[in-house]
Amino acid sequence: MAKKPKNKRRDFLQLSTVTLGAVGTAAFIWPFLKSMSPAEDTLAAGSTEVDISAIEEGQSITIKWRGKPVFIKKRTKEEIDAAKMVQASDLRDPQDDADRVQKEEWLVLVGVCTHLGCVPLGQKVSDMKGEYDGWYCPCHGSHYDTSGRIRKGPAPKNLDVPPYTFLNDNTIKIG
Amino acid sequence: MDKNRKVHQFKNPVLNWIEFRLPIISYFKKEYGDYPMPKNCNYFWSFGALATITLVTMIVSGIFLAMNYTPHTDMAFDSVERIMRDVNYGWLMRYIHSNGAAFFFIIVYIHIVRAMYFGSYKYPRELNWILGVFIFLLMMATSFLGYTLPWGQMSYWGATVITNLFSAIPFIGEGLKTWLLGDYNVGNATLNRFFALHYVLPFVIFGVVGLHVAAVHVHGSNNPDGIDIKTNNDSVNFFPYMLIKDTVAMCAFGVAISAVIFFGPNLMAEVDNYIPADPLVTPAHIVPNWYLAPFYAILRAVPDKLGGVLLMFGAIVILFVLPWLDRSKVRSCNYRPIYKWFMMGFFVNFFALGYVGMLPAEGLYLLIARVGLLYYFGFFFIITPFVGWIEKPSKLPLSISDVYAKNIAPNIGGGEKGIPSPAMQKDTNL
Repeated sequence: MAKKPKNKRRDFLQLSTVTLGAVGTAAFIWPFLKSMSPAEDTLAAGSTEVDISAIEEGQSITIKWRGKPVFIKKRTKEEIDAAKMVQASDLRDPQDDADRVQKEEWLVLVGVCTHLGCVPLGQKVSDMKGEYDGWYCPCHGSHYDTSGRIRKGPAPKNLDVPPYTFLNDNTIKIG
Repeated sequence: MDKNRKVHQFKNPVLNWIEFRLPIISYFKKEYGDYPMPKNCNYFWSFGALATITLVTMIVSGIFLAMNYTPHTDMAFDSVERIMRDVNYGWLMRYIHSNGAAFFFIIVYIHIVRAMYFGSYKYPRELNWILGVFIFLLMMATSFLGYTLPWGQMSYWGATVITNLFSAIPFIGEGLKTWLLGDYNVGNATLNRFFALHYVLPFVIFGVVGLHVAAVHVHGSNNPDGIDIKTNNDSVNFFPYMLIKDTVAMCAFGVAISAVIFFGPNLMAEVDNYIPADPLVTPAHIVPNWYLAPFYAILRAVPDKLGGVLLMFGAIVILFVLPWLDRSKVRSCNYRPIYKWFMMGFFVNFFALGYVGMLPAEGLYLLIARVGLLYYFGFFFIITPFVGWIEKPSKLPLSISDVYAKNIAPNIGGGEKGIPSPAMQKDTNL
């Protein structure tokens, strides 16, 4: 419907008032939404140094980093070979073993299944290790290989590799 | 203000004083006193009242639990144990609250079954059904949040699994999950906000229940024959008839829930939740509360993360559009010879999904879950529209009092047989 010219000024005032109100409301809501994001102290959760001198070949330890379990495994020759033999292109989340380790006998992983966040089994000798002899998530049946890559089951991605550095031969700094 | 507003007159001057300023007395008299209920309503129609009473019980017991509960990861588990051992009647409050949640779902599931079987979701009660599904969603969210609070192993890992569902959303999923948790994994920030939300959501539910009841009172309650009230002969006043009937139902319900609270308070609890939360060890089987298990079974039946999440939420969202998927004008399944059996099959299937949802997702259980998933969605997308189209419904009764004339008291009154009643004509010409 065509407006009479004398209404134009009123329309403009109405529209700009409503717009300003909407922007103001949004600006008011933003701090409340943002307050639910991780707080500064959570973000600042630091790094962890781990002494790995006592870990035997084939053994794996679990440490806690930023509230999550991290697996540090000293792999055996067979496990390294099994991980290297796989063609990356055959995998759901293609990645070569060499891209997932700094020193090939040391595998460092975030021990959280990429499906729905359970901790996979495989750290203890008695644990189920899954069909690829790495880790097996009991929640929904994801199988990971000796490089922590997803091979079977519902998980979409390989187990994450956290940022870490070797401070010396016996110490890893995670984070 | 309308100066000519007609004010109800009561005998009691105090009531008149209030009524003149706030017409709440006449509102209650109209909605809960003289409100006409179809006289053929059976005990299925008591479950709305039972659900309301249970909601109030949950809110009251929850408030008293909150007086002794500490929402901190280091203290939550111990504070719950303290409630159980040291707080006077703390064990009773907690068992009322934990078993009350389970019974709340039992009641609401029966209430939903009632609405589905007797077609209460159809014209003109669609909005009422939508509000009901919304209440159901809020209940699921509230129970999930509450299940996290005792901070046992199932609490922790249930919260982890459910919040990780959001990470399946492409692009924004991870960020959304972190925002919801307030941390990169379930932690103290999560427990704090879950407690705050668990406290507030029941009041939101209470508000939506108010709308739900107000909406049903506009067109009146449905009934087992799914036909409208025609005359005063078809209905009875809510007070005292339905109130007394609901009270009888409430007594039976009280006996049932008391039996569980006092003699088997942990029947529906998971043993693992009596182990304090440990972020480094996942329990061998993570199981949801049984009342959410059918949806969990759907999640696990799909071998794809995003697909499973979409179908699980889809299984609830689909309920919203049921009034438009069902093309039949006949409400009650009692008069739908074909659909009736598919409907019962739907209930059995839902139960079966819940059963396998509590078991490991492998072998036969996984197969059952997949078949159940197909039937669940097939029921809504194929069976419901298609059967409504081909089915020839059986003859509807002339009126509600006519049902009585034929079945219950053949010697008292009753309408002519064989003549289509106004009820029937109205129902088929909508």
